[in-house]
Amino acid sequence: MAIAAQTGHRMRDSAPVQPGLPPAVQLQNAGIDLGGRYIWRSVDLEVAPGEFVAILGPNGAGKSTLLKAILGVLPLSEGAISVFGKPVRRGNDAVGYLPQRRNFDADLRVRAVDLVRLGLDGASWGMPLPFLSRFMAGPAARARRVDAVIEMVGAEAYANRPIGELSGGEQQRILIAQALVSGARMLVLDEPLDSLDLNNQQAISGLVQRICSESGVTVLLVAHDINPILPYVDQVVYVAQGQVVSGAPAEVIRTETLSRLYGTPVEVLRTTDGRVIVVGQNEPVSYHAHDAEH
Amino acid sequence: MTPSTDIGPSWDLLADLQLLLQYHFMQNALIVGTIVAVLGGAIGYLIVLRGQSFAAHMLSQVGFPGAAGAVLVHVSPVLGLLVFCVGAALGISVFGTRLGGGGRRESAAVGSILAFSLGLGLLFFRLFSGSAQAIYAFLFGTILGIDDKDVLVALVTAAVCLAALAFMFRPMVFASIDPAVADAKGVPVRLLSVVFLLLVAVTVAETVQIVGTLLIFALMVAPGAAAQRMTSRPYRALGTSVLLAVVVTWAGLAVAYFTGYPVGFFITTFAFAIYLLTRAAPTLARIARPGLTPALGAAR
Repeated sequence: MAIAAQTGHRMRDSAPVQPGLPPAVQLQNAGIDLGGRYIWRSVDLEVAPGEFVAILGPNGAGKSTLLKAILGVLPLSEGAISVFGKPVRRGNDAVGYLPQRRNFDADLRVRAVDLVRLGLDGASWGMPLPFLSRFMAGPAARARRVDAVIEMVGAEAYANRPIGELSGGEQQRILIAQALVSGARMLVLDEPLDSLDLNNQQAISGLVQRICSESGVTVLLVAHDINPILPYVDQVVYVAQGQVVSGAPAEVIRTETLSRLYGTPVEVLRTTDGRVIVVGQNEPVSYHAHDAEH
Repeated sequence: MTPSTDIGPSWDLLADLQLLLQYHFMQNALIVGTIVAVLGGAIGYLIVLRGQSFAAHMLSQVGFPGAAGAVLVHVSPVLGLLVFCVGAALGISVFGTRLGGGGRRESAAVGSILAFSLGLGLLFFRLFSGSAQAIYAFLFGTILGIDDKDVLVALVTAAVCLAALAFMFRPMVFASIDPAVADAKGVPVRLLSVVFLLLVAVTVAETVQIVGTLLIFALMVAPGAAAQRMTSRPYRALGTSVLLAVVVTWAGLAVAYFTGYPVGFFITTFAFAIYLLTRAAPTLARIARPGLTPALGAAR
């Protein structure tokens, strides 16, 4: 476990909180028990609509479990959870999900645009008639919606190629388009920057930030390395040792907070180039925490 | 080539067609062949998309001990077929399926169940002390000896399975290529993978007695695989798969009729030839036009 961070000034000095709207995500005294073991418990968390939230923490701490609870895929063992003021449920069109690193097989012969389209109507039963739908209003509007999100992520050039032939960065753009296409007001992204090169990490995090600020979409992004997203982050959610701590990045990524969270001395170092490195006991210093995973 | 003495193809297609259809058994063979090809081609697209060709292979084989066992205990072979095919499909679902189907665990479960069922088939066959002819008919079919009742069975099976397939096509494609997101979107991914295998099992159980293990398996994989090489649009690939299956069936029946060699050989050969062609096409295109990059050919 080592988190690299940056103390540089944040681009947005406060979250664009819209008063009167229910929180995008709210957890109250929440806990999840899997096979007799609490992943985390007593979690209180509130995310305002339009916030860009980074979810950090060591491997196996329950970051993906937190996302699954928010998606309604995994029920809470205790406490309450709501999304946009309503109880969580699977298939909520207001929530777009990008799971942890999916590798599309190079032999998967389905166009990228079809994958995006599945995000819109893939859960509907019955078969549309491709020849008829061209002349019908509903399907035509859906096709325009697909084109719009593909344009939004800048994937027009390769949308008609098979998904398996695209590069990691291109696939990630397509998957973000898929997550957005159903009219999502919140993006739930599980390590979207993992296994991308630095250029693509910056491009994808810049894209997510643009969607967040221009469309007011709430973003929950699980990251190993906070550096590419730190300038955009409104709130940091740190998951460790069965607990969840949240707050502004400068408040959470501090020696005192993280030591208390881990229950063991943890040091937050500041480098001359404005980065912060979190060092646990007996662990090598590393910018890229996910190196430790492999 | 050993053409029959009284019939032979000419360059007059209409006359050939009349020759082909002059016997009732050929009419029935063409009707049932077409029905099975449409169903096999449609279900085959999803089998190949899901990476479950081996599971399809297994399901097309396990009916044999089922039918043999049914004969032993004096019940209808169709019942034995159904019990074994459905049982094997459920077996794969219990032991092998991860979210979305396919994968290492499934292929290990498939291999184990397949070997065991063939062992059972050997035992039943020994106990039955039946003729090798019965096995031969089962494996390679009797498409030239189909009666009108078989036509009806094939028609009803195909109608039911195709309707089910059409109903769940989109969620099935979603669950096959992107199970985690499909699950979050509310698609019953695990249920669909069980239902899909059951659909393959029923298709096989009802058609294997008519056209044989070899034909149903041939029509379930090669056309779907070739179609996915030809287009990456799901609906177009589904249609292409059905079309290829129908074309190889007709061609196989016609050529077999005029040459006197087995139907199954020609249908599998034509299916394989189309598959080979689609696999070799990118390489051939590169050789023909050395300047063309592979990526350009991929945008179909």
